[in-house]
Amino acid sequence: MSEETAKAAEKSFDYDRVETLLQEFLHKKGVMVPILQKIQAEFGYLPRPAMEYVAKRLRIPVSKVFGVATFYAQFHLHPRGKNIVRVCRGTACHVRGVSKVAEKMQEILGVGVGQTTEDMNFTYEEVACIGACGLAPVMMINDQTYGKLTPEKLKGILKNY
Amino acid sequence: MYERHILICAGTGCISSGTREVKEALENELIKHNLQDKVRIILSGCHGFCEKGPIFIVYPEDIFYCEVKAEDMPELVEEYLVKGNIVERLLYKDPTTAGTVTSHEEIPFYSRQKRQVLRNCGVIDPENIDEYIIRGGYIGLKKALGMEPLEIVNTVKSSGLRGRGGAGFPTGMKWEFAHRSPGDKKYVVCNADEGDPGAFMDRSVLEGDPHAVLEGLIIAGRAIGSDEAYIYVRAEYPLAVRRLRTAIAQAEEYGLIGQNILNSGANFKINIKEGAGAFVCGEETALLASIEGERGMPRPRPPFPAVKGLWGKPTCINNVETLANVPLILRNGADWYSAVGTEGSKGTKIFALTGKVNNTGLCEVPMGISLREIVFDIGGGIRGGKKYKAVQIGGPSGGCIPESLLDLPVDFDSLTAAGAMMGSGGMVVMDEDTCMVDLARYFLSFTQRESCGKCTPCREGTKRMLEILERITRGKGEPEDIPRLEKLAVAVKDSSLCGLGQTAPNPVLTTLRYFRDEYEAHIFDRRCPAGLCRDLLTYYIDAEVCTGCRSCVKACPAEAISGEKKEPHAIDEAKCISCGACFDRCKFGAVKTK
Ligand SMILES: Cc1cc2nc3c(=O)[nH]c(=O)nc-3n(C[C@H](O)[C@H](O)[C@H](O)COP(=O)(O)O)c2cc1C
Ligand code: FES
Repeated sequence: MSEETAKAAEKSFDYDRVETLLQEFLHKKGVMVPILQKIQAEFGYLPRPAMEYVAKRLRIPVSKVFGVATFYAQFHLHPRGKNIVRVCRGTACHVRGVSKVAEKMQEILGVGVGQTTEDMNFTYEEVACIGACGLAPVMMINDQTYGKLTPEKLKGILKNY
Repeated sequence: MYERHILICAGTGCISSGTREVKEALENELIKHNLQDKVRIILSGCHGFCEKGPIFIVYPEDIFYCEVKAEDMPELVEEYLVKGNIVERLLYKDPTTAGTVTSHEEIPFYSRQKRQVLRNCGVIDPENIDEYIIRGGYIGLKKALGMEPLEIVNTVKSSGLRGRGGAGFPTGMKWEFAHRSPGDKKYVVCNADEGDPGAFMDRSVLEGDPHAVLEGLIIAGRAIGSDEAYIYVRAEYPLAVRRLRTAIAQAEEYGLIGQNILNSGANFKINIKEGAGAFVCGEETALLASIEGERGMPRPRPPFPAVKGLWGKPTCINNVETLANVPLILRNGADWYSAVGTEGSKGTKIFALTGKVNNTGLCEVPMGISLREIVFDIGGGIRGGKKYKAVQIGGPSGGCIPESLLDLPVDFDSLTAAGAMMGSGGMVVMDEDTCMVDLARYFLSFTQRESCGKCTPCREGTKRMLEILERITRGKGEPEDIPRLEKLAVAVKDSSLCGLGQTAPNPVLTTLRYFRDEYEAHIFDRRCPAGLCRDLLTYYIDAEVCTGCRSCVKACPAEAISGEKKEPHAIDEAKCISCGACFDRCKFGAVKTK
C-alpha cells in the first residue's frame, strides 16, 4: 500500500467498530490475544488502523501490538479470500504424499502459500496438522475437512465453492 | 421408550467422512418406517478407528458397521432395523482372514487395546454430563474433596503417574512442589495446545470425554490449593472448544465448579483460552506468556512455574491426557493404577497411529507393550503389503525406530534410550517408499519455522541444519555434511533455551544413527534409495509397457521425450530436468524411475 492510500484508509476507517469490540476487555489483564481474535473475526483480518487504535486505547506501543499479531500464525495483516483453503503439512500427511496435493492445489488456484486469488474467492494456506491424521492427506476448506485426498480429487471439491 | 440406540461417531475424522449426511439420511429413513420414537441416535466422540469412518454401532446388540454412507441408510434401516438381517457388506472385514466380524470387541484393532482413559470416548454423548456420571464420573472428585490436599498428592505420587505432555515428569511430585509453594493465589493450567503435527489424542479426549479433563483439573486444584484454572486449547480445534464450554456450563449447574463445590467450602473457576497457532506455545513457560497476552516466548527456568508461574503466582501445568488419568486414580486407588505398566512407566498411553499402516487411528495400550504389537497387531501391518522401514515417535522432538528395535517395550525410559522420545504420542509409520533424509528435512523445516527466535542456537542452528539437509536431498550434498550435521546437532541440543531447540536435532540424530546409509547414498552416489527425492531420480520409459500415446511427449516441458505414435517413446537423459511431469501423466505406468 502506498503512503497516500494508507492515509486515506486511515481516514475512512470505522474506529467505532473497534471501540465496541474493546469494551469487554478494558481494565482486564491478558487481553491482547483475545482482542486481536475479536478484531479479526469482525474484519476478516487485522487492519492496520485497528491495531494502532488498540495500542492507543490500551496505552501501549504499537510495536507491542504488531509483535503479538505477527507472532501467531492465526493472525493476518491483509484481507483474505471468501474461502480459506488449508492444506495440512503435518507428518502423517507428509508421509502419505501431501506434497503433490499441495502443488496441484497451488497450480489450480494459481497462487502460493498465504496468497489470495485475484477474484478474492480463495486464500491458500498451509497448516501443521488438522488433527484428522487418520485420513491423511487432509485439507480444510473453511470448516469442512476433506480426507484421503489425491491431486485428481481437487478440482471436483473446489467446484462447490 | 427406545428399543435401540445408534451411536454414530462425530469425531473430526468421521465428520469429514460424512457423519452429518449419514445422520440426516438415517433420520429420514426412521421417519419413513415410523421408527423415530423407537430408535435414538447419539452422536458420540471419536472411536479411534478413523480410517474406517464413519463408525456406526447399533445397541443393545453391539453391531459394528463401518464406512457407512448416506446412500446405505435405506438398506440398513429396511434390512436390519426392520427385518433383522445383518447387512454383511457394511461390516468390518479382517484384512488378514478376510472374514467379517459383527462386534467391535472382536476386531484386533480394539481387542489388543486397554482403553482406560478412552473408556468413554465413542461410548457416551460428550454433551451430556449425566452419561459421564452414570459411568462413574465425578466419584474421584467426591473422594478427593473428603481428603486432605497432601493425601491427594501422595495418592497420585504412589500411583506412579508421569506427565503425558512429553517430558514424563512425575505428576505427584509436580503437584507437591506447587502445593508447598507459598502463596494465597495459585493456578492450575491444562495444556491442550497439542502442537505435534501427526498427533490428535488430546483432541479426541477433549471432544469425546471433556468431563474427565474437568474432573482431573478440579482435583489438581484441590491438591495444590488453587481456586482457578485455565485450559489453553488450540483455536484449530473448534469442536473441542465448543464441547468444553458445554461441559463447563453443565458442571457449574451441578455444583461441581463455582462457589462452595459439593458443599466442601472450596471454590473453583475454569477459564478457556484459545491459542493462536504457534507450536512453541505448547512449551509451558511460553504457554503462560501467551495466556498473559504476550508473544509466546519461553522464559528461562528456574524459576519453575510451580514457584513463579502465571502472573507470577505458583502454577501447576498438566497435559490433557495426564489430567484425564487422575479421576481414575482417585476413584480406584493408586495400587489399582500402578498394576498396569512397567517399573518406571505406569498405566496406559494413547497413541495416534498414522502413516503407512492399515489401521490408522487412536489406540490406548498398556505401557511396556512392544512396538511390533502396536504396528502389526493393532495397526494391522503395512499398507499394500510393503516393507516396514521405521516408526517416528514423539513428533519433531522425537526420533525414528528401525526394524531391529521393533521389540522395544514402549515406555518413557526405553524410548529415550533409543534416541526417540514418548513425546505427545504421535506414531507415524513409514515404509520402504519413505526417504529418511527427506523426513529429517521435513522435521527440521518444521522446527526451524516454529523457532520463536529468542535464543541464537535454536534460531540460527536449525536454519543451518536445514540448509544442509536441503542440499543433500537436492543431490548437492558434500562429504563433510554428515560430520557438520552431527556437530551442529550437539551444539543446538546443548545450548538452546527451551525444549524446542533442545530436542529439534533428535530426528536428524536418530536417522543418522539408524539410516546413515541413506544419507551416504544421497551424498556419494547421488541416489535416493526410496525413490522420493526428485532431483536424484532418473526417469526412463519401459518400452514393453509404453503404448506410444504421446501424452508424455506433450507433457514434457523440456522436450526431452521423443517417439512416433504407437511406437515406444524414449527420454533423453541429457535434456531431462527430472520434473516428473511424464511420470504423473502416464496412465499405463510406463514411465519409471531408477
Ligand atoms: C516445544 C514444546 C512443545 C510442547 N508442546 C506441548 C503440547 O502441545 N502439549 C503438552 O501437553 N505439552 C507440551 N509440551 C510440554 C510442556 O512444556 C509441559 O512439559 C507439559 O505440558 C507438562 O504437563 P505434563 O507434566 O502433564 O506432561 C511441549 C514442550 C515443548 C518444549
Ligand atoms: S498430519 Fe495432517 S491431519 Fe494430522
